[in-house]
Amino acid sequence: MNNDRLYERYQRQIILQGFGAEAQQKLLSASVLVIGAGGLGCPVLQYLTAAGVGSIGIVDDDVVALSNLHRQVLYNVQMIGKSKASCAVDVLQQLNPQVRFTVYNERLTNKNAATILSAFDVVIDGSDNFATRYLVNDACVLLNKSLIYGAVSQYEGQVAVFNMQQKNDHSANYRDLFPHPPKEGEVLNCAEAGVLGVLPGIIGSMMANETIKLITGTGKLLVNRLLTYNTQNNQTYELEITARAETRSLIPATEAALLQTDYEWLCSSATVVNEIDANTFNTIIAEGTAAIVDVREKDELPEITEFNHLQISLSRLEQHTEWLTEETIVVFCLSGKRSAQAAKQLTELFGVSKKIYSLKGGIQQWMLEQQQTV
Amino acid sequence: MMRVEVLFFGKLVDIAGASLVLNNVTSTDELLEQLRLQYPALAAERYIVAVDKKTITGNTALSENCTVALLPPFSGG
Repeated sequence: MNNDRLYERYQRQIILQGFGAEAQQKLLSASVLVIGAGGLGCPVLQYLTAAGVGSIGIVDDDVVALSNLHRQVLYNVQMIGKSKASCAVDVLQQLNPQVRFTVYNERLTNKNAATILSAFDVVIDGSDNFATRYLVNDACVLLNKSLIYGAVSQYEGQVAVFNMQQKNDHSANYRDLFPHPPKEGEVLNCAEAGVLGVLPGIIGSMMANETIKLITGTGKLLVNRLLTYNTQNNQTYELEITARAETRSLIPATEAALLQTDYEWLCSSATVVNEIDANTFNTIIAEGTAAIVDVREKDELPEITEFNHLQISLSRLEQHTEWLTEETIVVFCLSGKRSAQAAKQLTELFGVSKKIYSLKGGIQQWMLEQQQTV
Repeated sequence: MMRVEVLFFGKLVDIAGASLVLNNVTSTDELLEQLRLQYPALAAERYIVAVDKKTITGNTALSENCTVALLPPFSGG
């Protein structure tokens, strides 16, 4: 690609007063990590790819679903069931073949966050849950990365630029705004609350705009400010946020401390299935206070006579949860697959009011280990 | 009598409407107490409070014609 073609591609922004070839060069040399290739991630990725950001990483472990298409405009019906991050790159590479893409087909966790984030200059949070949002914020503070934040709910969106290096200090971050993660059920997610398709389009475009301004050093950023936008009445409202000393104590101070922080638990992002091994299973049975439930279909083999248990098959579980009055519930099946699903259903239903476990490896594995220990 | 405008965001709008005016509160603690009496469902919600567009962390005195905003966190993306 020669310089003439490069100039032609970016000509409309290069000729802007206050932008020019210098700003374009900064974009071409920049690297950006986009977390979440969903409603916010799609417009962010489209505009940053089009604008000529040199290197873009995409983190998303999800696949395209039909219910995504009303807002996640990079995808089409042919892509349903396929990896979002990979599909996004296929489309974006056509838009701008010069951009280097790195695909992370995985969920961002406290284990991989430091490694993935370290490889990029700027981080953009387009995730859809609090566990990831707090993890991304804390990792950015820890690793000294600027964070472009955006979030949506129903008809409203929020945008801000967090943790910008300023002289000897950093600007406000997400925890200066919302210090502690909410617990499950306290705040609705998109699936529960709904979202108008164009809203993440608007908020994601604002995030792309802040990113371009940050990289090129142009304009005034939403630093120490949170912008809210309402699609119903087109009203914006800007709040001033102050970086507070006490926020630092909420954020892991080292990478080792980050590894020790369980974000899924902090935010009770539900749907995390607690699996236990045969030993723990035996201990719980011995204690005798938990409900032990076989979620296989009736008369499935092998028949279990070694311990007392209920039989409620996975397909009937939701209709019979009133039978489960115990504080601790342990579900099992043959291999551990159906019981994991059952544990997920029950965790979603009971939240933190009950302890719910699934026997890992199922009764198969359990029987094997009993034989070995005899 | 002191006039204070209260703005609600996100899901809080479903509970209390987009905005209302209170006439007899002098601090944010008093204001929140009165709102919780008027809208018991607010007690179960999480939000931050801003007075005249500045986020606050503790009880804050209110002045004539000030605006108080209640803003919940959003997670959607």
